[in-house]
Amino acid sequence: MEKTAKKMNPVSAFFHSQMVIPVVALLLLLVFNLIMDPTFFKITLGTNSAGDPVLSGNLISVLNNGSELAILAIGMTLVTAATGGQDISVGATIAISGSVLLRVICGGEAKPAELAAPVFVGFLAACAAAMLCGAFNGILVAGFKIQPMIATLILYTAGRSIAAWVNNNTLPIVPGEKFTYFGGFIPGIAMPTPFLIAVLCFIVIALVLKFTNLGIYTQAVGINESAARLNGLKPAAIKILSFVILGVCVSVAALIKVSRISSINYSVIAQNIEMDAILAVALGGNSLGGGKFNIWASVLAAYVIQLLTTTLYKFKVSSDALPAYKAVVVIILVVMSAPVVREKMSELGKRFKTPTKEVG
Amino acid sequence: MNKKLVVLLAAGMALSACTAASAEEDTIKVGIINNDPNESGYRTANVADFERVFGAEGEDNGGRYETSFFYSLTNEEQIQAAEGFITDEVDYLLISAADTTGWDDVLESAANQGITVILFDRMLDADEELYAAAVVSDMAEEGVTAVSWMEEQGLDEYNIIHIQGTLGSDAQIGRTTALDEAVEANDSWNYVVQQGADWNAETAQQIVQSVIDSGESFNVIYAENDDMAKGAVAALDASGISHGVDGDVIIMGFDCNSWALEELLAGNWNYDGQCNPFQADTIDEIIQKLEAGEEIEEKVIYSVEVGFDATTITQEDVDNYGI
Repeated sequence: MEKTAKKMNPVSAFFHSQMVIPVVALLLLLVFNLIMDPTFFKITLGTNSAGDPVLSGNLISVLNNGSELAILAIGMTLVTAATGGQDISVGATIAISGSVLLRVICGGEAKPAELAAPVFVGFLAACAAAMLCGAFNGILVAGFKIQPMIATLILYTAGRSIAAWVNNNTLPIVPGEKFTYFGGFIPGIAMPTPFLIAVLCFIVIALVLKFTNLGIYTQAVGINESAARLNGLKPAAIKILSFVILGVCVSVAALIKVSRISSINYSVIAQNIEMDAILAVALGGNSLGGGKFNIWASVLAAYVIQLLTTTLYKFKVSSDALPAYKAVVVIILVVMSAPVVREKMSELGKRFKTPTKEVG
Repeated sequence: MNKKLVVLLAAGMALSACTAASAEEDTIKVGIINNDPNESGYRTANVADFERVFGAEGEDNGGRYETSFFYSLTNEEQIQAAEGFITDEVDYLLISAADTTGWDDVLESAANQGITVILFDRMLDADEELYAAAVVSDMAEEGVTAVSWMEEQGLDEYNIIHIQGTLGSDAQIGRTTALDEAVEANDSWNYVVQQGADWNAETAQQIVQSVIDSGESFNVIYAENDDMAKGAVAALDASGISHGVDGDVIIMGFDCNSWALEELLAGNWNYDGQCNPFQADTIDEIIQKLEAGEEIEEKVIYSVEVGFDATTITQEDVDNYGI
């Protein structure tokens, strides 16, 4: 009886849910910024050099720059839930996918005068390439039973060279303003496009989770593969599917990244983004061993990671110290989200509560 | 049975000794350690230059060289590869190091094996005795050239956004030092921010966006390569801040990519410093001299490098110097 009563209480339910860690981290960072410098929250409506209205401010920058990571967090959460492992090749596959996109729309030329193919066609090719990379990883993991981190190590190592090979080692530059819209602003819309694209992705995955059994199947495979098989699921197919979905996320992120600078740099594009994506999954309170998952917690965690980066830039933390600061904050957040610590915390909470009740 | 085997073995050894001797007479065995050609346009041009001169295609170099290449952006991997080349007993070891430190041991073991080491592109923190020659860019000079160009602009105040390359690399140290000294020496020169962006355009964009968001004023962006200058300009464009010739913000880049020089030609940027990627011919000459038993007059040879101003650059410059 008491237990059910507790569950009814929304506050208590929140503190037991996965969302608590990213939300608390978000609030901590926001409060820190509020105390240190309230102008952090200032948002202004200005115009860009083309004369179109754009919103700017630190918070807008967070939504703008964190969007690729948030999109990747969707796929990474599914892969983690289904396979109990992570894909460390997403940065390299972003390079491949972006390279394919440029290969198609620039037609293999370094400095084309105009687009050789519509961006839409290029994106489809990039999407196919990224899904293929995902399927490759998925087959290694599900078919050959290789540990995900080892399986994806192959593309992690080779991906950037493949990306360079796709474009014959040239660095194509996309002509025209229109291509910059995906990573910048669409004329007349003041919100940065990457955030709009991310929202679109969130809506799509929300609909998929609501109207298909993807969520429950993924969870079932992640919790107990044999039990899932006995219940008529195909664990291998679900695992491969999760990698292919991550592939789609990768291609969307690649489109945004390539559009931001209208070009590509194979060795530095999306460098180390796989680590941030895995961190987003962990910060979101998802078990890295697979099973239960919450995509929205990962997505929120992705924006929290970007908020941390933006905060560090804002306070001009000197460049050599920046990774150290980030590491300290990450350690605190991850330790906070560790199940052991959370249990201890809730025990402490109970002890604190009991005497007050007795007094009352 | 046993006798037969011995004879066969002896014949085989003689044959292999024979072929080895004949190969050594004609070709020089070279191991080249460079950074990943995908690192930047500069590196792509640099790698292509070496492949042109030392490439495995026998026709291109008259079969003079038997070359192995190794590319990596990490120092440890490069050092391992160097050890591998030493084990392979190359005659010459050519190195462009990812980091300036940590090479002493491997260079010493090369010296012990009688392998000639030639540095290219970047210097190393190692004893001068450990290498025969160095054909390098004078990164410090590149910085000095750029900073003296800045001084010539005669601004009342220099509020500088300084975007650095990967910290600890030779290019970063050289290009940073001159600017650091100038900011130290002049009261009217200030850093608005000084941060590393690992040669990454997008990180540079975020750094500049952060300064714009905090509402601070600045009038110079000193980016240590073209990619980062491009990222910085993207942030300015998104906020409607004018830049380049007659603009509010001076844009400076390095490496002279042809697309960057075109930005100069169009007046969108103000300055681009050259970093000469063509060293292979000079090294070829040095090796020929050493093989002929001649002395090398100067141990460290600096490539000639220039800086371009948007107001004076011509299409010819773009064609000749763009990489």
